[in-house]
Amino acid sequence: MSFNAGAVIADFPILSRTVRDGKRLVYLDSGATSQKPTEVIDAESNFYRMHNAAVHRGAHQLAEEATDAYEGARSIVAQFLGASVNEIIFTKSATESLNLVAYAMGNAPAGNRFHLTSGDEIVITEMEHHANLIPWQQLAARTGATLKWFEVTPEGRLDLSNIDSFITSKTKVVALTHQSNVLGTINPLPEIVKRAHAAGAVVVLDACQSVPHMPINVRELEVDFLTFSGHKAVGPTGVGILWGREDFLNELPPFLTGGSMIENVTMTSATWAKAPKKFEAGVPNMAQAVGLGAALTYLQRIGMDQIFSHEKELTKYGMSALLDIPDLSIVGPTDLEMRGGTLSFTVGDIHPHDLGQYLDSQGVAVRTGHHCAWPLTRKLGVPATTRASFYLYNTTADIDVLVDGIRSAQKYFG
Amino acid sequence: MQLDNLYQEVILDHYKNPQHKKLSPTYDAQVHHINPSCGDEITLNVTLSGETVANVSWDGVGCSISQASVSILSDLVLGKTLAQAQEISDSFMALMQSKGTQTGDENLLEDAVALAGVSQYPARIKCALLGWMAFKDASVQALAKNQ
Repeated sequence: MSFNAGAVIADFPILSRTVRDGKRLVYLDSGATSQKPTEVIDAESNFYRMHNAAVHRGAHQLAEEATDAYEGARSIVAQFLGASVNEIIFTKSATESLNLVAYAMGNAPAGNRFHLTSGDEIVITEMEHHANLIPWQQLAARTGATLKWFEVTPEGRLDLSNIDSFITSKTKVVALTHQSNVLGTINPLPEIVKRAHAAGAVVVLDACQSVPHMPINVRELEVDFLTFSGHKAVGPTGVGILWGREDFLNELPPFLTGGSMIENVTMTSATWAKAPKKFEAGVPNMAQAVGLGAALTYLQRIGMDQIFSHEKELTKYGMSALLDIPDLSIVGPTDLEMRGGTLSFTVGDIHPHDLGQYLDSQGVAVRTGHHCAWPLTRKLGVPATTRASFYLYNTTADIDVLVDGIRSAQKYFG
Repeated sequence: MQLDNLYQEVILDHYKNPQHKKLSPTYDAQVHHINPSCGDEITLNVTLSGETVANVSWDGVGCSISQASVSILSDLVLGKTLAQAQEISDSFMALMQSKGTQTGDENLLEDAVALAGVSQYPARIKCALLGWMAFKDASVQALAKNQ
């Protein structure tokens, strides 16, 4: 099946509404959150309408149906990532997934693979979203481990020139983003994973900006943990995924404790269920997990290869159109290799908030600010940027409206 | 265009020619405020003479709304007593929270009434308030220091 953007757009009801006095909505903020197709909205609401009951509890038919729907969603996620079903943990967000790993490591006793002390090092990068920076920064503070980071070059790539001396036998964790939410940079995983594993470190991948946009197979990436959020992958809010290698998940202590995650409980002690249940305390976000299952099914039907090449075409078109605008600078790589469909930029002296507001008046939704990656924007010497991020439902016509909007904003604020 | 309610000429003028945007070498209090959602930053100095605002100066980076707002504020409170500044500030706060239902008291707020349109854009109210919060903080600190 060849990619048909027109058919895709029709699947997303919100894209037919207008904003700001009848302007067509041009949604270029999928890096923050994606829009949802009808079948995802239906899957979530049908769960409430027909099947709602607490999963893994109760002897009644609804509990059975709810459990089937929830576990069915887990199978879909596993298949989507090329993983085993017991390796898929539902969380409320990717932020929670990353905190889960960091806090669970902090709970690891001496002798456990994940135990951290003052002699250990955690390696991250300067281009991390706050969600993959602060959990590690705080874990280092709690355990006495040292936090180190790969710097970002002026071109917006990781400076890996010293990788062999940087990742050492002291390194316990290497946590990094697959694709920068600001720069669009796709990081060279094979080189980093190989070095990390040679040093005996585990690799935690923030795949929030990659899983929704390209084919991902966790076995091929050879990372140890991977996380993404449902709402960026045409799924509902309130559901995130943590994938981990099964042996690692079994060794990792729990983060949240409570109902569902136990094997046996007395008044003074408890033992844990096996993964994934060990990491899913409490009644989970069931309708959202079911919605995510529908979302990944939808994406797979369109084809992740098709989505990736569509976005690549948009990025090529957008890059060249943006670079034609006087005073516009791209913040991030301008070559199209190893980069995704996220274009951050500055336009002369126009503050991104003002530009974003002007674009909004033209119906164009973009993100402005530091994009939850404040150390990165500081490093690049820009207090804030404007970001256009593309997804399967965007077209070159959307980019034309963006470009016209930027040019008129230059006149308005000039 | 509806956007013109937000970007009044007065605002763009203050943005392009900000008033008192040069930090004084001396001050009774200096504060640094940040808008964590967007990264706008301001440093603001206040000097009092008794209970009168003898000097206000500032430096910072931010959007036209935040920069124009602090420029207008500096003009407004300079030479006023803290009680008068408080009255102006309360009136401005009420205007910002008015969701477009008020136009503002021009006798009291002068150029600041041009920011009335901001109250229709909830995401931008914090931009307009950045400098005002900084002034409030600095004047309290300056008063405490001088007492």
